[in-house]
Amino acid sequence: MKDLIDFISQPWPWYVAGPIISVIMFVLFFLGKRFGISSNLRTICSVLGAGKSCEFFDFDWKSQRWNLVFALGMMIGGAITSMYLTSEDPVQISEATKNDLMALGLGAPKGSMVPDEIFNWEMLLTVKGFIMLVIGGFLVGFGTRYAGGCTSGHAISGLSDLQLPSLIAVVGFFIGGLFVTYLVLPYLLTL
Amino acid sequence: MKFFRYLFIGIIFGITLTKAEIISWYRIYEMFRFQSFHMYGVIGSAVILGVLIIQVIKKTKMKGLDGQPIVIEPKEMGFARYIIGGTIFGAGWALTGACPGPLFILLGNGVGVIAVTILAAVAGTYTYGLLKDKLPH
Repeated sequence: MKDLIDFISQPWPWYVAGPIISVIMFVLFFLGKRFGISSNLRTICSVLGAGKSCEFFDFDWKSQRWNLVFALGMMIGGAITSMYLTSEDPVQISEATKNDLMALGLGAPKGSMVPDEIFNWEMLLTVKGFIMLVIGGFLVGFGTRYAGGCTSGHAISGLSDLQLPSLIAVVGFFIGGLFVTYLVLPYLLTL
Repeated sequence: MKFFRYLFIGIIFGITLTKAEIISWYRIYEMFRFQSFHMYGVIGSAVILGVLIIQVIKKTKMKGLDGQPIVIEPKEMGFARYIIGGTIFGAGWALTGACPGPLFILLGNGVGVIAVTILAAVAGTYTYGLLKDKLPH
């Protein structure tokens, strides 16, 4: 059993993770549901009563309860991994990426999934932290609903169904992501 | 309890995205710098298998658990909403290093400050709802 836990605890390669994601998409189809995580953000608005002030949130959110439970499961999955399936290896990014991050004053990954220098409560009060954690979050919520989906709904499910709108959305994901990575982060990270 | 199955699927998803480092800000930065195949391998293999799965569902007119044929609705046609909305989300993805799934999974991993990012994302979705009719779609 310990050998199995140790085996699972190593970082997983892409060819394990990708197919598991497809199988999850399939199981949700089989159960009559759709793989789309950003929908939960809209559902949360409705649960909080946004339907009273805005028609967009006035829908039967109870039909989306399963998706909130799915999100709760994701949190539990994250917690289980961080408690019982940890590995000693820091995030396995390439040497080139480590060098780039070093040049921007951010160290190579140490043990955390995120740069702890930025992802902490004190940083929320700095320009860098506020833009990355709060403005960034706002853009994720605004953009996903505007585009009608996120990575799960468009990049995985939509592309799997050969949907042109999803391909356009994914091109958009890269326009925005490349713009920020090449033209914003170099300034932001060295603030 | 029928919700238990979704909890279970979510747990598998959370473990997978954590162990494959898909929830890592570093991995998303690396992806947008094209410095590793990892994220492209994850999304690419998921899509290739996904295409096969959906073809099989359609060709065999597969039925779901409830006995009804599985119907996969096509996305609404359009251009502006997908390119503009996608670009806005992409910018947020590169800043936070997280799309909506990883936001929840990072919170489970104990990155507490992500709770603020989730609230900001909810506020972003609410703002979209308010502005929806004024935006090009």
